[in-house]
Amino acid sequence: MTTTRAAAPITAGHPDGRPYGYQDLQPLMSLMSGDEKHDPAATSTLDVLWVLYDRVLRVAPDTADDPERDRFLLSKGHGPMAYYAVLAAKGFVPRAWLPGFGAYDSRLGYHPDRTLVPGVEIGSGSLGHGLPLAVGSALGLRAQGLAGPAVWALVGDAEMDEGSNHEAVQFAGAVGLDRLHVVAVDNQSATYGWPGGLAARFAMEGWSAVTVDGRDHDALYEAFTAPHPGRPHAVVARVEPKY
Amino acid sequence: MDTMRDRFCTVAGGLLDEDPRLAVVLAVISGDRFQDAAKAHPDRVIDVGIREQLLVSVAGGLALTGLRPIVHTFASFLVERPFEQVKLDLNHQGVGAVLVSAGASYDIASGGRTHQGPGDVALLDTLDGWTVHVPGHPDEAEALLRHAAADGDNLVYLRLGDQVNRVPQPVSPGRFQVVREGRTGVVLAVGPMLDAVLEATSGRDVTVLYASTVRPFDAATVRAAVGRAAAADLVLVEPYLAGTSADFANGALADVPHRVLSLGTRREELRRYGSARDHVAAHGLDPAGLRERIDGFLQP
Repeated sequence: MTTTRAAAPITAGHPDGRPYGYQDLQPLMSLMSGDEKHDPAATSTLDVLWVLYDRVLRVAPDTADDPERDRFLLSKGHGPMAYYAVLAAKGFVPRAWLPGFGAYDSRLGYHPDRTLVPGVEIGSGSLGHGLPLAVGSALGLRAQGLAGPAVWALVGDAEMDEGSNHEAVQFAGAVGLDRLHVVAVDNQSATYGWPGGLAARFAMEGWSAVTVDGRDHDALYEAFTAPHPGRPHAVVARVEPKY
Repeated sequence: MDTMRDRFCTVAGGLLDEDPRLAVVLAVISGDRFQDAAKAHPDRVIDVGIREQLLVSVAGGLALTGLRPIVHTFASFLVERPFEQVKLDLNHQGVGAVLVSAGASYDIASGGRTHQGPGDVALLDTLDGWTVHVPGHPDEAEALLRHAAADGDNLVYLRLGDQVNRVPQPVSPGRFQVVREGRTGVVLAVGPMLDAVLEATSGRDVTVLYASTVRPFDAATVRAAVGRAAAADLVLVEPYLAGTSADFANGALADVPHRVLSLGTRREELRRYGSARDHVAAHGLDPAGLRERIDGFLQP
């Protein structure tokens, strides 16, 4: 099967050569939304995505097809503006693609498609698919002796209601899939909530699990890079409530 | 003789020795038969427990990393239960896999409706790009499994059942075979229906075609065979939901006035137990039932 990748290297950053930083994400997002005063709370995943791509994930535009790269699977595929902004900031996609967001001839849809967007590992939107696919990816890398790459799935706390995620959490914990990582962005939108918090659910299934402030970049970095030998790792990133 | 499922388990275990790209993914069903293979290849025989959604998603994830997963359980739990996973985690991701079912249609008749899956091929037909093998003999099942394992990154469904024909046919994926030539019409027998079709049409001057690979649908062979007949009449005899291939047959004959009779299992739930043989007869797919309907359709 073919995947469409950009043919030429993409120049990312400011005209004077400075790379894009966190402060550039809101202006990049405004290219898609047309909203110059984008409310940070509307983008629950923004800080998590930035810290991962800026400081944690070992993947770049020129290694987007390298078997040794880290895999980031955006399971929470709706509202992907923050994701596209980070991909543009890091040079996976051209900045010029952003204003076309959602248009018929745009590669950037309201849910991402891996065959259309360079650097995107999975097509997502329907909830409950990214984490199970990440389990398979971690198993596939292990079966090929690729012990280096980490596999990350980003889910939402309401998305964890899906039964398919429960299958994945139980299985990954039981088999100690330690190259698997989940970051759950918790904006308290799960319909019935999680007794004791979502991290307790992961911990009960044998995962390493921590809860942090999803807007605190240093706290996120520390949580993302915490050692977790023999166990998969979950980071619950708490942000402003959805409602 | 071993069953198709027996043959699959033996051959798939051996294929893991030969091809490091292959992995077998299970949800408990047949896990006991893969114990030796799991010892030899602990990272490439994966049993996810009774988790059919995860079964298919894991296959998608394995394929994303470059492996070729062989995914196996009973038909109702492989295609119907995790259908969204098949649609999104294989088709939509643009990755391949080999899905291998057992217990086709009403093999597990005494198990009741929960274990019967005569709609599997029709459901897969709502998706693009699937090769569908419906072998009629364990030898064909083995040949088609070996073909599927080596079939690049294609999406393949291998439908195994307990009903078999007495003699295996040569396997040629993509091509239907002419088993018998006649002049008054064409009957296409899919997989395990061949023996019953041959018996039902004995003494009739009809062409009998055989398909062990039903997708892609070999329109060229169907069109040519119908073109040689005195009347453009085609009978489809399928071991699953009646009419499953009707759209493909009508497409093959779109440029000629024609008639198609679709035989297969009925849509109404047959709320009976018993044996597969009982269900074959109840759906009119035994030689007597087929003969009556074929004779009523074709010109004398």
